[in-house]
Amino acid sequence: MIRVILPAHLRTLARVDDREIALEGVVEPVTARTVVDAIEATYPMLKGTIRDHRTKERRPMVRFFACERDLSHDPIDDPLPEEVVTGKEPFWIVGAMSGG
Amino acid sequence: MSGVRVLVGTRKGAFILTSDESRKMWEISEPQFAGHEMYHITGSPIDPNRLYASQTSDWFGQVMQRSDDGGKTWEVIGNEFAYDGVPGTHQWYDGTQHPWEFKRVWHLEPSLHDPDTVYAGVEDAALFKSTDAGTTWHELSGLREHPSGNLWAPGAGGMCLHTIIEDPTNPDRIFVAISAAGSFRTDDGGKTWTPINHGLVSPWELPDSDAEVGHCVHKLAMHPSKPNTLFMQKHWDVMRTDDAGANWVEISGNLPSDFGFPIAVHAHEPETVYVVPIKSDSEHFPPEGKLRVYRSRSGGNEWEALTNGLPQENCYHNVLRDAMAVDSLDSCGIYFGTTGGQVYASPDGGDTWLTIAADLPKVMSVEVQTLS
Repeated sequence: MIRVILPAHLRTLARVDDREIALEGVVEPVTARTVVDAIEATYPMLKGTIRDHRTKERRPMVRFFACERDLSHDPIDDPLPEEVVTGKEPFWIVGAMSGG
Repeated sequence: MSGVRVLVGTRKGAFILTSDESRKMWEISEPQFAGHEMYHITGSPIDPNRLYASQTSDWFGQVMQRSDDGGKTWEVIGNEFAYDGVPGTHQWYDGTQHPWEFKRVWHLEPSLHDPDTVYAGVEDAALFKSTDAGTTWHELSGLREHPSGNLWAPGAGGMCLHTIIEDPTNPDRIFVAISAAGSFRTDDGGKTWTPINHGLVSPWELPDSDAEVGHCVHKLAMHPSKPNTLFMQKHWDVMRTDDAGANWVEISGNLPSDFGFPIAVHAHEPETVYVVPIKSDSEHFPPEGKLRVYRSRSGGNEWEALTNGLPQENCYHNVLRDAMAVDSLDSCGIYFGTTGGQVYASPDGGDTWLTIAADLPKVMSVEVQTLS
């Protein structure tokens, strides 16, 4: 089970109350790509909000954090930290801080 | 009993304002899509319960919403707006070429004939169509692929397709306007397009002031009984055409400024036109700090200031291009919203005005539905 923390706007869109969601069946190896694949499969209304529909590139003002590290610029197919894979730590999807 | 529903898109959510036909007492909904920039919300002309909304965010991109119950509940619909093929380049602010990139949906235009068909005008400028109630979208790419496309350029707000007008007498004819490319018309349902900008002059914006394309058209309006007549608020100048865009003439007349964004036509008087002048391209607020709607009952040139109920001192708001609309009750109602968050309504064609919402976020769009 992979734990993912969603920003408020995406929770509203996905109609989830808790800031953290639990994803089952994420394809291994667990990477940012497979986690977002699983999010979009579970919550199809989030397609296009985290990454581009076609290129699958992360939207410029979305960032990925985990284990107190910024993983936004790591290769999308790099394995995520073991703490995320085991469910000890969540994978954070964050709207970039840019005022207003 | 008849009434009206005013759909207000703001910088931080949408609001639905309702009233009976007297249009004196108003109810304002809780914010919908709170926190999101709502570029446009509008309803189907043949099914008033069918609403479409464009929700956009610099962070999370474009989201589209549809309601089938007049705005009580909403459903997320398709948000994939993919240009046909390799989209090429257009002119950038500095004159260099820049890749076409989708950013957001500015304007939605539900079909006059089918509630499941809706057009979307997007930035970077292109026209999309859905025939399945917004589930999927496909580009009418003949517009973007017009040979002049590399000469189109963004206005200050981006290179947006902001106006879509269907000819009620000819389903194959559609007018669109793009800032800053100009106006275009199709007579074959969107396959091919013709620039219709003859008569526009833009000496402060274009090296060739009467070029075929490149003009910063801010908004077009049409009365359905006269589909060959269009009114235009351009960057500077208020214009009209009586031959479906083949030729335009200036009708700014005695306006205190011919710069502005919205333009609207009275529901029952096709020669009665409304604009909201602002001071200039750099000073986006009313001249003299007086918020005045100007009405021409002669199709232009002679304009009268409408002020009764509007602030006449210290008003420095703007009215954006999609933020004015008219209802079709017997006494035509006029509505507009400001960047300061006020929404004003006139139940008598502009003679008197009421503040129907005073403290909303910046108003991006105003549409009105006349309910029976």
